[in-house]
Amino acid sequence: MNLLLDVKDLSVDYGTEAEPLPAVSQVSLELRRGEILGIAGESGSGKTTLINALLRLLRPPAVVRSGSATLHPRSGEPVDLLHADARQLRRTRWEHTAVVFQSAMNALNPVARIGAQFTDVLRAHRRVPRSQARERAAHMLELVGIPAARLDSYPHELSGGMRQRATIALALVCDPDLLVMDEPTTAVDVVMQRQILRQVIRLQRELGFAVVFITHDLSLLLEIADRIAVMYGGRIVESGPAGDLYRDPRHPYTRGLRDSFPPLRGPMRRLHGIPGNPPDLRGLPPGCPFEPRCPHATPECAATVPALAEHGTDRVVACIHADDLGGRG
Amino acid sequence: MTDEPAPVLEAVDVTVHYPVHRARGEVVHALENASLRLRPGRTVALVGESGSGKSTFARTLALAQEPTGGSVLLNGEPATARGRRARRAYARRVQMVLQDPFGSLNPLHRVRYLLERPLRLHGSVTGREDLEQRLRALLERVRLTPPERFLDAFPHQLSGGQRQRVAIARALAVRPDVLLGDELVSMLDVSIRLEILNLLAALRDEEHLAMLYITHDIAGARYFADEIAVMYAGEIVEYGTAEDVTQSPAHPYTRLLLDSTPDPDRMEFLAGRTHRDEDAPDVTEDDYGEPPDLVHPPSGCRFHPRCPLARASCRTDPPPHVQVTDRHWARCVLLTEPDDTSRDTTPAELTP
Repeated sequence: MNLLLDVKDLSVDYGTEAEPLPAVSQVSLELRRGEILGIAGESGSGKTTLINALLRLLRPPAVVRSGSATLHPRSGEPVDLLHADARQLRRTRWEHTAVVFQSAMNALNPVARIGAQFTDVLRAHRRVPRSQARERAAHMLELVGIPAARLDSYPHELSGGMRQRATIALALVCDPDLLVMDEPTTAVDVVMQRQILRQVIRLQRELGFAVVFITHDLSLLLEIADRIAVMYGGRIVESGPAGDLYRDPRHPYTRGLRDSFPPLRGPMRRLHGIPGNPPDLRGLPPGCPFEPRCPHATPECAATVPALAEHGTDRVVACIHADDLGGRG
Repeated sequence: MTDEPAPVLEAVDVTVHYPVHRARGEVVHALENASLRLRPGRTVALVGESGSGKSTFARTLALAQEPTGGSVLLNGEPATARGRRARRAYARRVQMVLQDPFGSLNPLHRVRYLLERPLRLHGSVTGREDLEQRLRALLERVRLTPPERFLDAFPHQLSGGQRQRVAIARALAVRPDVLLGDELVSMLDVSIRLEILNLLAALRDEEHLAMLYITHDIAGARYFADEIAVMYAGEIVEYGTAEDVTQSPAHPYTRLLLDSTPDPDRMEFLAGRTHRDEDAPDVTEDDYGEPPDLVHPPSGCRFHPRCPLARASCRTDPPPHVQVTDRHWARCVLLTEPDDTSRDTTPAELTP
């Protein structure tokens, strides 16, 4: 079986019964083994809430209202991510799923040596002697281009880029099936960003883990992801292979987002972004969440939320005008 | 260059050193001999990574930072902000808008108050009626319409884009000649950045504002600015029209920056040899290191430790100022050697 993660109909709410605040609504997605899935969305689109729900990192008042999420690791039984108990979670984390957060540079424990942070994780999950754990730690650091001698350094003795790479190596120390990265490179400049991402892609090819990569930077995802899911107002509005999504976006929001990035090369033309503001989740319109900003909106759009429907192979779009928008380049 | 309007604001060889350890005499070499001219109705973008000195430069131009060396000229006269009167007079001509509209607007005050302050302090408001009219006109200038919807709002009731418009309106209240924008749109959602840039472009054209646009996004700089200055480790390493700098970069750092910037259009070109492809280039080699420590900046060319084309002389000799065309220059020794191929290398050739 090639499926690694199967999410169905997931909804997360930060509000109360009386005043709902639906951060994630009916999200379904599938992640194949060894695939890089990009989730693109702006602030409030629900992308971080979605992965926090999958990693069981939600805090009150967030509540999972519905849905299921199943992880199929290489070894062992499938894990019901939303209902796993503390023991199962402890086993799943690091072994099956690992995460690199936004401020990856500052995720290391400042008062512990780099080596200790690796061996702690390893020895909590595997019965290995200290020397063997240290060997593994050295190997992981070298994979991301950091000399093994740095095992005895404290985080503040490393440069920002090195800390970032060490954090990624640490996430991979137990050989997980899934690596979740939540805007891991927002704090670094583009030269460093490219270096780190190339490293992630190289490691991914060597070690075979799957990646869920979350960012607001669609142009970045287009370069690194196999598939992209675009979120808006808590829903996935379009998903498909990265190249297809860029060449032929079917959802007006995907198109607007794509055209919000000025080109670096080629002819320059006047761009407009997307008029209006991102939606307020406390007062979502009854119909399509993008309807108030959409240049193609018709009265039907304001009436009901469009369902995700298949358009060609491996592409789903939640827009009743998707067919009219196709092929316009 | 005779067709160009005279500069309003000019920086001449501005140097800023921040003391870090007085006893050892250590300083951060934040900005070194930087010169720049801002002309009415034109935008210059200052592009560089964090720590390259762009914000220090902007703060110096706003006279919020005293330069260690060099001078700032307003209409050809040395500018000073010594004393309250001089500071006010300068603020009437030069205004700055900051990156974070969540932090730059006092959350305890309504938009009305935030915009009223500069009008009362600097303008010759004649009465209640006049003030009301000016407030409305100000909001209309930044396209926050209808004005009555926004005048009595608190900052927290506005979206990020609306807040940044209020911050821009506040800067425009004094009818300045120069607007300094420090990462104006980088905190905003991607889909609304262009609207703010288009607004600034319209204001620049309508009101002949001289603008400095500080950014780390070189694609955005190409879109918005007439000219681009690329900064690296406290120095301007390349300067030219936005098209020249982005389409035929002369400095190896500019090329590295362009090559590192995500560019979906290049995906077509990468498509044949992406990471999916087994023949993909070996990426283990592309470690360009990190920006230098500016307490002890590298000798010679500050970029030499990261430069893929560095020679022995780059370690010792300061790079020469080379005019590529009459409006495009860069600081790199490779440009002085006519037999060198580096002049016509494209960004793609940087990666093996």
